[in-house]
Amino acid sequence: MKAILSIVHKEFLQLRRDRRLFPLLFLSPILQLLLLGYAANLDVRNIPAVVCDQDGSAASREFIAGFLNSGYFSVRARVGRLEAIDAYLDRGLASTAFVIPRGFGDDLAGGRPGKVMIIADGVESQTATIGVNYSTMIAKRYAQRLLLERLERVQGRGGIRPVQVDARVRVWYNPELKSRNFMIPGVLGLILMVMTIALASMGIVREKEAGTMEQLIVTPIRPHQLIVGKLLPFVLIGLVEAAFVLAVAAFWFVVPVRGSLGLILLACLAFMLNTLGFGLLISTISRTQQQAIFTAIFFIMPMILLGGFVIPIESMPPFFQAVSRAIPTRYFFTMIRGLMIRGAGWPEIWDQMLPLAALGAFVLSLSIARFRKKLD
Amino acid sequence: MPANAVEVKSLSKRFGAFTAVDAVSFSVEKGEIFGFLGANGAGKSTTIRMLCALLDPTSGTASVGGFDIRREPEKVKRSIGYMSQRFSLYDDLTVAENIRFFGGAYGLNRGTVASRLPWVLEMAGLRGREGSLARTLSVGWKQRLALGCAVLHEPGIVFLDEPTGGVDPASRRRFWELINGLSEQGMTIFVTTHYLDEAEYCNDIRLIHAGRIVAGGSPTELKTAAIRHPILEVACDRPVEALEILQKEPWVVDTSIFGLSLHVGVGEEAEGRRLLADRLGRAGIAVRRVDRIMPSLEDVFIHEIETNAAPGPAAAGEAKP
Repeated sequence: MKAILSIVHKEFLQLRRDRRLFPLLFLSPILQLLLLGYAANLDVRNIPAVVCDQDGSAASREFIAGFLNSGYFSVRARVGRLEAIDAYLDRGLASTAFVIPRGFGDDLAGGRPGKVMIIADGVESQTATIGVNYSTMIAKRYAQRLLLERLERVQGRGGIRPVQVDARVRVWYNPELKSRNFMIPGVLGLILMVMTIALASMGIVREKEAGTMEQLIVTPIRPHQLIVGKLLPFVLIGLVEAAFVLAVAAFWFVVPVRGSLGLILLACLAFMLNTLGFGLLISTISRTQQQAIFTAIFFIMPMILLGGFVIPIESMPPFFQAVSRAIPTRYFFTMIRGLMIRGAGWPEIWDQMLPLAALGAFVLSLSIARFRKKLD
Repeated sequence: MPANAVEVKSLSKRFGAFTAVDAVSFSVEKGEIFGFLGANGAGKSTTIRMLCALLDPTSGTASVGGFDIRREPEKVKRSIGYMSQRFSLYDDLTVAENIRFFGGAYGLNRGTVASRLPWVLEMAGLRGREGSLARTLSVGWKQRLALGCAVLHEPGIVFLDEPTGGVDPASRRRFWELINGLSEQGMTIFVTTHYLDEAEYCNDIRLIHAGRIVAGGSPTELKTAAIRHPILEVACDRPVEALEILQKEPWVVDTSIFGLSLHVGVGEEAEGRRLLADRLGRAGIAVRRVDRIMPSLEDVFIHEIETNAAPGPAAAGEAKP
């Protein structure tokens, strides 16, 4: 215990002496959250669109107005000729084009199907998909309205009565479907992960490079004392950072924090057991700080991508879904989203918490086992 | 507890195809200052690291303070102090913080550290600089601080790996006074160096060359055992001319110039003095003084390497300080 406390004290002294690291530790997470909080937004609004209305009828104008009033699209240009659209899409000035061919109004008036063309730029597949879905929805709604109007007229003369299914969709927990409420808990996990892995991965290897490791391993300090002594200051830093990030999320971005803070703290601790254990493992097997950083980056990438930060785990191929079970971020993202947005309690999260803690204990024991008090 | 502080039996260390330490055997008595001498790369540091349980030997055995370095490395670590060749304290901690940290690392309680702190500061001459960052200290100070941290827990044996590398002669002398002081308190000192003059401070010496021990004994034993013929130091006029004359004489074993005087090895002292005065007198060279001298350790070291090791220009040249 004495040895562990000595190491903890020494680590804090060294952190305090490092005048550049200290502000980086506490300012950069907040800056990152501000940036990512605004940027990591999947809500699609004001998709730039170009309109080519060759019909110019009352019907075509009404149809287009339906798109523009939805808020999902905004007109960048109106062109007369079909070929003129290319220039806008090629140069990225617009990512959707609406083409209403001549005769659209007449066709509708004459009871024939009205044909329109919608072109979407598929490079950014996610935005395109959402844009296409919105377009289809808006077009369908327009068609439905026309249908109802016609039936109305027929009914007036004693015709058939329209039957409709009235589906009232209610979205729970995130009624406005704000993607920010999905993203920001993830960003919290991201910041916590990157900071703690980076810190811990330097922990041992820095002493190797400075030559102080030789003096340290000639003392009777046991491997687990060294690892735990190195770990504790980082745990504290991680928790302070998590608190900062949580405060900014709650008060600046007004993301709900419905779950208990105690459980959030527990989730962060279980998560950091993984990230710190992992960082220290990297540190014990690396010979230089450079090696450590690159190894850390190599492993951080799959942690983000396979952990379900952006790509939902349900939409991954079965193989990667299985792989993601070994990835701690998966459990943390699920838990923190549930805790913050849904206000989940222990009954809802224990099946995530236990595997996360078990994984962390495993990684940490591995790094203790891997640390040898030898020079070669 | 056995009588010897360190007991080494045919200890070897190979790194791939390179043999750094080749079956060395020796023992270090309790309380003595044991000097391990050799050129850079001779295997001194590798041996010391094996004895401190920092490296596993490839073969052979050794015990330190009565504990086997393979089977009981942690007990070895508890009973020794170690000062590595490179400054290995924390640059970004102050003098006092370094001392307190290593005190805690050795499991000393707060009271013991508090009572040892002034002693270390006094010993290292760092009183009044407790709050200075270690990186701001000069090399001599750093080394004394490192020694202080190595003996903070009052180990029975302390291993010093080239403790005086890169410091000025005055600091070296001061450092050796500290080592003598520790030895007087009963601590066994195991020190490596490539400064041959420092070997004079040791009770017992081993010369190591290319991983093998080539000679051993006290400084006096080494000098008398290795070179048995008397050596005369001759101060005379025109030393270069005198050297050329003497080299042709059959009764001269070897001769060389040291500054303005000559070292002349002869078969027997009285006869040598007579023949020398006679021969140089005939050549008209005035002899001012003739003294019988002890061969220096440098003479011995070079002699041993040339006779024991396979002759090679690198081997002989490297050993010169």
